[in-house]
Amino acid sequence: MDTFLIILVAILAVVALGQIVRIFELSTDIKGGADPNDVTDKDNHIQGTLMVLAGVALVASFFWMVYSYSDILLPVSASEHGVQIDNLWDVSMWLIVIVFLITQPVLFYFTYKYRGNKAKKAVYMEHNNTLEFVWTIVPAVVLAGLIIYGLTTWSNVMNPDHSDEEPLVIEVFAKQFGWTARYAGSDNQLGNANVRFIEGTNSLGVDINDTKSFDDVITQMPELHLPVGRTVTLKFRSQDVIHSAYLPHFRVQMNCVPGTSTHFSFKPTVTTADIRKEEHVIQKVKNINEIRAAKGEEPYEYDYILLCNKICGAAHYNMQMKVIVETQEEFDKWMSEQKTFAEML
Amino acid sequence: MASHDESHDHDHHHKVTFWNKYVFSEDHKMISKQFLVTGMVMGVIGVTMSLLFRLQLAWPEKSWPILETLLGKWGADGVMTPDIYLALVTIHGTIMVFFVLTAGLSGTFSNLLIPLQIGARDMASGFLNMLSYWFFFLSSVVMVMSLFVESGPASAGWTIYPPLSALPQAMPGSGMGMTLWLVSMAIFIISSLLGSLNYIVTVLNLRTKGMSMTRLPLTIWAFFVTAILGVLSFPVLFSAALLLIFDRSFGTSFYLSDIMVSGELLSNAGGSPILFQHLFWFLGHPEVYIIILPAFGITSEVISTNARKPIFGYRAMVGSIMAIAILSFIVWGHHMFMTGMNPFLGSVFTFTTLLIAIPSAVKAFNYITTLWKGNLRLTPAMLFSIGLVSTFITGGLTGLILGDSALDINVHDTYFVVAHFHIVMGLSAIFGMFAGVYHWFPRMYGRRMIKSLGYMHFWITFVCAYGVFFPMHFMGMAGLPRRYYTNTSFPMFDDMADINVLISVFAIVGGIAQVLFLFNFFYSAVRGRKSEQNPWKSNTLEWTAPVEHLHGNWPGELPTVHRWPYDYSKPGMEEDYVPQNVPIKEGEVETGH
Repeated sequence: MDTFLIILVAILAVVALGQIVRIFELSTDIKGGADPNDVTDKDNHIQGTLMVLAGVALVASFFWMVYSYSDILLPVSASEHGVQIDNLWDVSMWLIVIVFLITQPVLFYFTYKYRGNKAKKAVYMEHNNTLEFVWTIVPAVVLAGLIIYGLTTWSNVMNPDHSDEEPLVIEVFAKQFGWTARYAGSDNQLGNANVRFIEGTNSLGVDINDTKSFDDVITQMPELHLPVGRTVTLKFRSQDVIHSAYLPHFRVQMNCVPGTSTHFSFKPTVTTADIRKEEHVIQKVKNINEIRAAKGEEPYEYDYILLCNKICGAAHYNMQMKVIVETQEEFDKWMSEQKTFAEML
Repeated sequence: MASHDESHDHDHHHKVTFWNKYVFSEDHKMISKQFLVTGMVMGVIGVTMSLLFRLQLAWPEKSWPILETLLGKWGADGVMTPDIYLALVTIHGTIMVFFVLTAGLSGTFSNLLIPLQIGARDMASGFLNMLSYWFFFLSSVVMVMSLFVESGPASAGWTIYPPLSALPQAMPGSGMGMTLWLVSMAIFIISSLLGSLNYIVTVLNLRTKGMSMTRLPLTIWAFFVTAILGVLSFPVLFSAALLLIFDRSFGTSFYLSDIMVSGELLSNAGGSPILFQHLFWFLGHPEVYIIILPAFGITSEVISTNARKPIFGYRAMVGSIMAIAILSFIVWGHHMFMTGMNPFLGSVFTFTTLLIAIPSAVKAFNYITTLWKGNLRLTPAMLFSIGLVSTFITGGLTGLILGDSALDINVHDTYFVVAHFHIVMGLSAIFGMFAGVYHWFPRMYGRRMIKSLGYMHFWITFVCAYGVFFPMHFMGMAGLPRRYYTNTSFPMFDDMADINVLISVFAIVGGIAQVLFLFNFFYSAVRGRKSEQNPWKSNTLEWTAPVEHLHGNWPGELPTVHRWPYDYSKPGMEEDYVPQNVPIKEGEVETGH
């Protein structure tokens, strides 16, 4: 019944709109004169003024958002390479913000400034080689710089130098809809694994005949423990569909692809305990806890997180794993409490 | 040639019935209207879906009776299920990208304008053109049908990455819904190819006397290059879809290897899901230019006509269209930086991708310069075109971030991407489409759209569009992934609740405001004021044809072209426009090319 009434009101509204338009048209017909759909100087003036106001509003709301949404952003990078990425980000952002803040106001101002007038005539100018040359070359040069900077950063991030230390190897295994970590153990070598070996408690499909697998440590909680200041190599595997391991605080992301293995190396530099003391994080947590308190929810404590960032099914939105960066001693202590794969079997 | 023309006309005078005039029409003007109206219907469906999932995102715990009404078992008690959320996102994307902004935009304006602006009687093959529409109609029907399948419509995202899309065990939407999606797209691709081939042949062969390639309006250049992109890239999607159909139904392993899903070990071995992504994006990236180039073409024409000024840098505009088109084929990998591809390959794709900024910048600067010292007639079409330039700049700039592989690491697949592509290709293209409809409505229906409603429509749409998508940049920078049913599972994102509400309010207001456009369109088509032949005092040939639609477009001889289309406010001429069919005056210097 409600639906019926809503539809009825909608139909009546459209009919009413039609009648109003009709009355308006008839009344202008009686007065005579030009087609009211022709654009008059007055229209140009009104629309031109609105356009320049829109330009002002666009720029103003940009600054407003930068100001009021700064609290929701991620804190400083908690990984070594992330600092390089953030620097590149800042340079690129400054560049595009400057271009945005020049071109948009010019566009809207021109719309106002050159709003039409029956008495005026436009300037006839088909092209200007100098101008066009300048605004082809300037972007080209700026982009060349940006490309070189970007590619250098990319190369540093993707091909890290491991000569000074051997990275800690950890497998991150994805399936609908959860994550499991497998540490390579004392030999720092992961045993072979394949979904074909999955059976009973061996939920990652680790090869029980591979001696390298005996000392592997499979986490029982959805938690990824990382020692601070040590390079880790995460190796990703998926059991079913494509997932993506996204660790935004570390500026790390890599797809987990069934049938193949991918990896990403990085060095965590800030422990969970330390990031909680960071000013931006304190403010963010305070805001969040005010919102949560208003809804009657538990207070929240800041944590690093690994989330799934490739659509993978119904519970994609809740496929997460807590990431804990701790000191080497804390990490060793935690590790000593874990069972190895051999012990589990 | 002449005798052929006569017999062609003769044929049609005899057999004009309701069926071959309005339904199985071979007249490009009628086909263009068919594309437009079908595109609008699909657009209403696609936009409505986005409003439904915006309800979910802003008020995840709230019950909306309308969801139960529309979604049935998937909206029980007024709360949508995660499955239908993903389905809505998927079908919204598919419909908007392919059905509205490809077929609806290109199909409408290529059909309407190519023959009329180059001075041809019709498309090279009216029959293929008709088939193109009816394949499109059929694919639309199949796509809409897929919404009513027991297990739900396709839900693996509009990019349908396998294995998710290949395994019905992985999600219910990968069952019958996915099969219909693939069938629909296969039919769609046939439609697109038939249309594109026709456009290319028509532009190359049927230009009227004097219409050299360098005298073509930029609309035609854009449609022409778009059609070439379509012909070269859509077949690759077709093969990708075909292989996926094989994997799904005939047990092959093109994209599948070593998979255990829902406790069942599959026997597939040796395939790679990444192969699909390469094939998909080989179409997928040119596709975004297939969407945006026609909008550029329309904008070029509308801005020049209403600025009463030649488009600035015609040659640079043509050159940048071509540069964008060529580059668009070698950048697809930037969608795949995070697949674990060789970092060197990532470098190559970063390089080629950032190069696109150069021709794009040239286009933006040229539009702005065209406005400079113009005499701007701010029609609704003109406002939408200027809006396009604004959104294209805003959205294009963030492309510099996403195209840079190192920066993509942390914003890949987040709301930053959602903001970027909606602004740069969604909004820009839809603004171009609106500009085209407002501008060429008198040519299509011989009537005028209501100006005041057009202004209202523009302002609400423009403000809401920015209101919806601009804040999403910040959500992406905060690390929020896209395609999340809700972000309440992460306390870290709890501080985005207000932003989500703000976005949804803008979306709902903006969505409902489209009723103003629909009303204006249908009311004006039937009862709008009669238009004069050339209401915008435009130079291009379509305005030299009579208001009433003739099969063959011009009575008697086809017009002969003597000049380029942008002689607006030319010094020494009486009027501030000189149509292309006006001969060069004695002592006048031909300009433009």
